[in-house]
Amino acid sequence: MKTSMMHTATRSIAWLGSITLGFLQSLGKRAFFVWAVIPALPYSVWRIRLLMKQVYFAGVLSLPIILTAGLFVGMVLGLQGHHILTTYNSEEAVGTMTALSLIRELGPVVAALLFAGRAGSALTAEVGLMKSTEQLSALEMMAVDPMKFVIAPRILASIIALPMLAMIFIAMGVFGGYVVSVGWLGVDDGAFWAQMSEQVDWQDDVMNGLIKAIVFGVLIAIIALYEGYESVPTSEGVSRATTRSVVHASLVVLGVDFILTSLMFT
Amino acid sequence: MTRQVKAEIGVGLLVLMTLISMVFIALKVSNFNAMQDRPSYQLEALFSNVGGLTVRAPVKISGVTIGRVGEISIDPVSYRAKVVMDIYNEYDDLPMDSSASILTSGLLGSQYVGIEIGGDERVLADGGRFGYTQSALVLENLIGRLMVSLTEGGDK
Repeated sequence: MKTSMMHTATRSIAWLGSITLGFLQSLGKRAFFVWAVIPALPYSVWRIRLLMKQVYFAGVLSLPIILTAGLFVGMVLGLQGHHILTTYNSEEAVGTMTALSLIRELGPVVAALLFAGRAGSALTAEVGLMKSTEQLSALEMMAVDPMKFVIAPRILASIIALPMLAMIFIAMGVFGGYVVSVGWLGVDDGAFWAQMSEQVDWQDDVMNGLIKAIVFGVLIAIIALYEGYESVPTSEGVSRATTRSVVHASLVVLGVDFILTSLMFT
Repeated sequence: MTRQVKAEIGVGLLVLMTLISMVFIALKVSNFNAMQDRPSYQLEALFSNVGGLTVRAPVKISGVTIGRVGEISIDPVSYRAKVVMDIYNEYDDLPMDSSASILTSGLLGSQYVGIEIGGDERVLADGGRFGYTQSALVLENLIGRLMVSLTEGGDK
């Protein structure tokens, strides 16, 4: 009896150890991946046509979903904000509320989540398929570094595209809030804009929101491409990598958002 | 149309939309003008309570913004709140006996510093201090005073 209890205890400790080791190993592999990509990044800045193609895939093709989501998020904020603020007879503040929540949080975060779903998953699947069809090995065989030619332009394109999409999302959201609160619910037009521009600070709010979007762009790009690059080269492996890429990227975005918010806005 | 041209048109469109969004956010949504640090000089004032005043809150004369709150701290001598204000250089002729009060814009609005102009011929220079101040209205104190006056009224 005593020996079996000892045995169970040892096994659980061993299990804990193996989980920790596995976690550290995956962290280390990611760090090596980032370490290998960094020297390739300046190279891809000069391959402007390659970069532009990737910005097109990551950014332009995500535009419809960003525009639609931004408009509806803004409209919902306008509706909800008006509903609550009329209780205090201060429905003019709906502009401030919509703009601040979009600029500080919803713009960067929702755009990043949509980007992880739309562009991140596509990147993982594309690179994963390249790996499974041995295109990456073929490139290496021809002395073309896949880091420079495949990974770096895609990472850079994501870092460029996401802040742009976040800005468009914010502008679209503010417009949606305006349409609902001023157009439908009859909030005073002048007060809406005046209170908004009075309360929203360019440096503290807009710039911090932009920094958030850039950080999310870096994280999503690294996670998506790492998952693709390290995926098991089978159809199942690629599909798992794609799922993992979206799940990990979304969770990391939400977690890092909390850290960034607590650093920036307190 | 080749794919490359299509991609270039698409990216151009994305950049254009981003620029429009940035201009829209800068001009309509946020106080972009306040970000450009206009040349200013500092004045300070001591308040016994600053209420919800924050850094970068506006300083106003007759409702017109003439500067921003730069720093809020405790005066080490009097232990009152010291508010340092950055006043734009074009308003460098505030009389020495002007008074500063902490006011609220609207019923639920944010707080700002309002300046009442005095009649003195001497003007406040950089680093000067307002002699007369009026603290933020604290609702609890107001209710307390009301309660006292009501009870006193009841005794009569």
